[in-house]
Amino acid sequence: MELDPITLLAIAGMAVATFATRTAGFAFMRFMPLKGRMKAALDAMPAAILMSVIAPTVVATGVAETLAAVITAGAAMLRLPLIAVVIVGIVSVVGLRIVLG
Amino acid sequence: MVETYRTKVTNVTAREDFRRGCLDILPIAAVAFPIGLLWGTLAVKEGLSPLEAGLMSASVFAGAAQFVALDLWRTPPPWLLLSFSVFVVNIRHVLMGASLSRHIGSIPKALRPLVMLLMVDEVWALAERRALSAPLTAAYYLGLGLPLWVNWLVSTLIGAVLGRALGDPHAYGLDFAFSALFIAILASFWKGPRTGAVLAASGLAAALAKLLVPGAWYIALGGIAGVSVAALLAQPEVEADGA
Repeated sequence: MELDPITLLAIAGMAVATFATRTAGFAFMRFMPLKGRMKAALDAMPAAILMSVIAPTVVATGVAETLAAVITAGAAMLRLPLIAVVIVGIVSVVGLRIVLG
Repeated sequence: MVETYRTKVTNVTAREDFRRGCLDILPIAAVAFPIGLLWGTLAVKEGLSPLEAGLMSASVFAGAAQFVALDLWRTPPPWLLLSFSVFVVNIRHVLMGASLSRHIGSIPKALRPLVMLLMVDEVWALAERRALSAPLTAAYYLGLGLPLWVNWLVSTLIGAVLGRALGDPHAYGLDFAFSALFIAILASFWKGPRTGAVLAASGLAAALAKLLVPGAWYIALGGIAGVSVAALLAQPEVEADGA
């Protein structure tokens, strides 16, 4: 098992960079007041982030992905368990990719 | 006696909570496993040893960032460029952490660094969902995070040692599984037309940023667009609150 010093440095740098991003939000919020528009913004954060994560896949990848996302959203609105919604999503994207080429 | 009884109750609840976290993360881990295999395979092709690949998975623990790192990998590794690129891919965590920071009140301070270390997208999303209905406990959070970390480490190591993946995850629709998960979780955050405005702003900004801005800034930009709309739409009486 070789362990190259520069590779180790790269891994350490990546780990520190990642940990910095994972701690910065928590540290920042210790100094921010939790009221008014700030609170409204934070309340909306989970939905805004989730939407941003999926948006490129949903609207800018292909017709199969867009349609599969609509079907998945339908399943999600039926309040099915998470695992069922994910399975609906996978099955529909595979089916649509075959049908649409 | 009362103390003992209380401790027992807490332990049972904690164990139950940990189990619940494990159950919630299980389907995610199942999907992440072949992706970990693929990453391990690619890492060895780029010249990393299995030990180095495992060290990276254990300490960085970020799928998207690790794939970007392999894209940029050279011999010798451009460590500064790699660190900076990983930082940019992970910048979304700053927003996620700001949001999650409001729900860690019942998690002991000593465990909070571990909470942050384990905060990958899927763990964060499930933790936020949990906080909608019940306090976020350390047991539940670790039930999400620890199995996923072990799963990522083991799958990338197997990929690196065997040098073979289970075919192309794209062919099985596994690349879409995470989108499906996030769509499912997103549904629990729907609170009416205002949420619609937030989602429209985020979706539009993220899609445009993905197409127009090089690098992985789109999640952070989409997130900022969405929360800005939420802040603008906040009612004045809400703003005056807290006096």
